[in-house]
Amino acid sequence: MSNQSSGIFNWVNDRLPIKNTYERHLSKHPVPKKVNFWYLFGALALVVLIIQIVSGIWLMFGYENTEEGAFASVEYIMRDVDYGWVVRYMHTTGASMFFAVVYLHMFRGLMYGSYHKPRELVWIFGMTIYLVMMAEGFLGYVLPYGQMSYWGAQVIISLFGAIPFIGESLELWVRGDYYISGATISRFFALHVVALPLILIALVFMHLVALHEVGAGNPEGVDIEKYVDEDGVPLDSVPFFPYKILNALVAIGIFGIVFSIIMFFFPEGGGYMLELANFEEANPLSTPDHIAPVWYYSPYYAMLRAIPDKLGGLIVMGAAIAILFVVPWLDRSKAASIRYKGNLSKIAMTIFVISWLMLAWLGTMPVTELRTTLSQIGTVIYFAFFLLMPVYTSIEKSRPVPERL
Amino acid sequence: MEEKLTTRRKVLIGMTAAVGSAGIPFAAVPFLSAWNPSAKAKAVGAPVKVDISKIQVGQKIQVAWRKQPVFVIRHSKEALANLSQIEEKLDDPQSNNIDEPYRDINPTRSTSNEFTVIAGVCTHLGCSPKYYPKMEPQPWDETWIGGFFCPCHGSMFDIVGRVFKGVPAPTNLKVPPHNFRGNILTIGEDKGTA
Repeated sequence: MSNQSSGIFNWVNDRLPIKNTYERHLSKHPVPKKVNFWYLFGALALVVLIIQIVSGIWLMFGYENTEEGAFASVEYIMRDVDYGWVVRYMHTTGASMFFAVVYLHMFRGLMYGSYHKPRELVWIFGMTIYLVMMAEGFLGYVLPYGQMSYWGAQVIISLFGAIPFIGESLELWVRGDYYISGATISRFFALHVVALPLILIALVFMHLVALHEVGAGNPEGVDIEKYVDEDGVPLDSVPFFPYKILNALVAIGIFGIVFSIIMFFFPEGGGYMLELANFEEANPLSTPDHIAPVWYYSPYYAMLRAIPDKLGGLIVMGAAIAILFVVPWLDRSKAASIRYKGNLSKIAMTIFVISWLMLAWLGTMPVTELRTTLSQIGTVIYFAFFLLMPVYTSIEKSRPVPERL
Repeated sequence: MEEKLTTRRKVLIGMTAAVGSAGIPFAAVPFLSAWNPSAKAKAVGAPVKVDISKIQVGQKIQVAWRKQPVFVIRHSKEALANLSQIEEKLDDPQSNNIDEPYRDINPTRSTSNEFTVIAGVCTHLGCSPKYYPKMEPQPWDETWIGGFFCPCHGSMFDIVGRVFKGVPAPTNLKVPPHNFRGNILTIGEDKGTA
């Protein structure tokens, strides 16, 4: 019996490199032997991606992509479909958790210099994933056609209007109507469930292939490829199976508990994950008193509001994302990890994190003069952190990085 | 001979690639055009008629045209008399920066000397501004002279929709095409045909 099944396996394996691929990318894949919990968020992001795809497919069973039907169909999923509420809250909680996990993953990259040579492309693929995720999240938020869906989309699509000359026709082209109508919803639906997920999956694939080509980094910023055994395997690495799979499984377990607590007990996240105004159907004639994005866009929304000029606001918001792509070339430090960088880098990173969190909070609050000033300060700090990086990473003295991990 | 062949081959490859690439813009046309508003969307958007006789002095009503809010405000004589005095607070009091349909006819910016007809869509990012007609201090402006305030990003407009200086909105609120016939205001067309 076992002979027969291994016969079938061999027959397939001779025609499709199953064993090779499994060993190369999973079981025997060498991973730095000493990493910390910050290195688990990539795996968790992959888990959330799968959760989003599965729960998304199930939502499509009940969702109707029309102006008249969208809001009601979401309520139908919530109330009439058996366990529909679980599926929907899984998807909305998943969206927030996706960003939470990816923000921590990105912060890990900044902290330990994961973008340093030769991992620049891994970083760029990662940033592209982040960009596509932001678009994906926005499109998805419009689909229930609640008040926040409508007015959030109104604000974001109006951003195109800031582009000189073609702006207004571009707005009309994106909406496909004079307001955010059924035409807009159905195209957003197609993009949200087909086009962008395909791009996202392709990018995740490239992110992983590029990562496996150059190998994972570590919190010390040690280049483990310098010392290898006779097979070319780094001496300071361990195979993914069984050493690191267990860490990943524990992390996934803990993550599952946190995810479930949010999904079952706080699916609205106090109005930051699902805004209360979105439980009301879209009304094109009445703007809610307070428009705020969901929490994961709020730092960039705060920047948009901080600039008292329509086009300027759009440029600043775009630049805030664009600048992340060139970080590998802004950091001139010899040490990759913050552990061996100088004090200037440490101070800069601390101020950056505080100001980013402040912007995130400001983006969710109504406008006042003081908050606008704080947003402007936060925006300056955000850009200063990146634009001054070539300066402070060159003039500071970094400590020597150890040879071995 | 060998070299000549290679050059010849390169030229042929180049020409084929050029002709092939020239097809891409043509192939893109249907895909891009399909995003334009459909004939159906264009056909909806018919003009709307409003009876304005019941609007009180100082009152604002909201009408939907193309599913977008349009504000109709009936001004008092005093309010209109004040309009020229607040011009220093405004960015573009004469509406020079936009395509103003009824320029220099009335201070109301409409074809009526009493009513203002403006699109209730902020020229910044499309929220609908709120009407605060009274001259009294407001959280966003200590010296509020009455007008519209956009809750989204804090843009301010006067009672006829002219934008203040130093706010995110780039231009005055737009005036939609309209006409008055007795007590009937038609929004969406210039000259009454009905």
